[in-house]
Amino acid sequence: MNAALLPLFVAVPLVGAGLLTVLRGPLWLRRILLLLPTTVSLLGASGLVWLTRDGAVFAHNVGLWQDGVAIPFVADVLSALMLWTTSLLALVCSAFAIATGDDRRSFFSPLVLVLTAGVSGALLTGDIFNMFVFIEVMLLPSYGLLAMLGAMGRLRAGRIYVTVNLLTSTIFLAGVALVYAAAGTVHMGELAGAAKDDPVVAVGMGVVILALSIKAAVVPVHGWLARTYPAASPAITALFSGLHTKVAIYAIYRLYALVFDGDAKFLWIGVVAFTLTMLIGVMGAVGEGTTRSILVFHMISQIGYILLGVALFTELGLMAGIFYLIHHMIVKASLFLSTGAIEHTYGTGALDRLGGIARREPLLALVFMGAALSLAGLPPFSGFVAKLTLVVAAVDDAQWTAMAVMIAVSLITLMSMLKIWGGVFWGRAPDEDAPAPVEAGSDGAVATATRTTPKIRTALIVPGLILTATTLGIGLGAQVLLDLSAQAAAGLLDTSGYVEAVLGR
Amino acid sequence: MTLAITIGVMVAGGVYLMLQRGMVRIVLGLILVGHAVNLLIMSAGGVYRRDLPLLQFGTAPTAADPLPQAFVLTAIVIAFSIAIYMLTLAASGSDDDTEDAS
Repeated sequence: MNAALLPLFVAVPLVGAGLLTVLRGPLWLRRILLLLPTTVSLLGASGLVWLTRDGAVFAHNVGLWQDGVAIPFVADVLSALMLWTTSLLALVCSAFAIATGDDRRSFFSPLVLVLTAGVSGALLTGDIFNMFVFIEVMLLPSYGLLAMLGAMGRLRAGRIYVTVNLLTSTIFLAGVALVYAAAGTVHMGELAGAAKDDPVVAVGMGVVILALSIKAAVVPVHGWLARTYPAASPAITALFSGLHTKVAIYAIYRLYALVFDGDAKFLWIGVVAFTLTMLIGVMGAVGEGTTRSILVFHMISQIGYILLGVALFTELGLMAGIFYLIHHMIVKASLFLSTGAIEHTYGTGALDRLGGIARREPLLALVFMGAALSLAGLPPFSGFVAKLTLVVAAVDDAQWTAMAVMIAVSLITLMSMLKIWGGVFWGRAPDEDAPAPVEAGSDGAVATATRTTPKIRTALIVPGLILTATTLGIGLGAQVLLDLSAQAAAGLLDTSGYVEAVLGR
Repeated sequence: MTLAITIGVMVAGGVYLMLQRGMVRIVLGLILVGHAVNLLIMSAGGVYRRDLPLLQFGTAPTAADPLPQAFVLTAIVIAFSIAIYMLTLAASGSDDDTEDAS
């Protein structure tokens, strides 16, 4: 493949966004323009996964500028897998947003496309300053999307979200400045192994990793996530959950492997922090009363699992972590979409106001149950393979505490999935229990919405169904993704191929 | 030394403002910290080399490093746009207090 095609992953969505901003065409045309670039990205990423499956690395300097002033784009199998998953989620969530009518809002579609362009750029770039820029490109539309669409309190959530993210980006930038001062470069190829050799570079990169940890919502800097995501609209929450924190996780994997060269003396910090993340995230979910806030706390808990892979830094650990990352993005988005479909139709996600959906919507219940079991780690879904590999990796590395916490947290995860299941899908709708409820005036609207029992449209169920089918497919044919993850892990353990490709021109 | 002290004072003031409750103060605090980081980037390139970094003036060892300046320009634009957006968020509530009853 010609590596000069790599910038298209950024350019195509950006062109689409530009067209959508200018064109005032009919709705169907605008919808095609929203779905077309994401579909092209998905196909391109599939091709990229195929081409990089044996460890090939493609690199290109945008505009053929010299190293040092160019924007380098690099794709290895890890980037390709992430690109594939993010494009899939962008496509599915866009389809869901079309079904809910979110895309009728002006500038919704261009903002989503700019967001995907930023994500692709952050996954492909080979330079930490450009990573900062692409993360900003990804965040700026998010600020708009969060404040534009959403439930009550979205402005308050928007304030928290923007403040935390701007502060984090500033910390990231300070880290980049320190790295530049110490190493004289921000090019990831030239920085390879620099933090292992030079403690001053390690301090600078430490600041960068700290900023990425805040963006990934690692305990103890996770509070912003739990208070902002539930305020966005369901489609946006699913999109953010799949893209934002996961780009930060990808960057932690990439930078720790490349710049720290997997330095063993800092790994214990990761093991402690990520084990706490697993535990505290799942505990936070226990006290929540709406579907989405429960799911958001689970997301924090799962981020601990994913990052434990990099904290182990063994071949098996990295492989398990990467597999878990891909699995988690798909499953979490599926859960957000299926509960989002309920929230959109019934007007609430509160557990005590819903009930009996399983009888009314068997297909949706199936979609949710599949994804929930996958999240908890039950066979035959992909979550089982992911958790099993990670537990084996932890045992291999003699991390007994982490292993015990992992298994305990799985059980609590299953329990809170059952809590949603019991509260929303089983039992009777609250209005059936009390035939003539005396509702307070402010709750009147919700009560009416529940009593008329609207049917959830198929268009709202299909996006979640696709993702649940994907996790089932990955679970049944796990070897394909395991091989790809193993290849990606090998690329992280031995970064020479990556470095040669970035510098070798 | 002057740069280091300036950065330190700006970060201290910025953090103090960010810990206040009013949104406008938080925005001002973030702007201060952002500028402190911009100065940090400038100092990362070395401030003692001040000659023009252009080929026709020779590649003297005293030529300034142009890369941090490009970084700072990018960072200023990004921080500026987000600051404007945050001020809009501050103005779009009934008051700018970040404390909420719910």
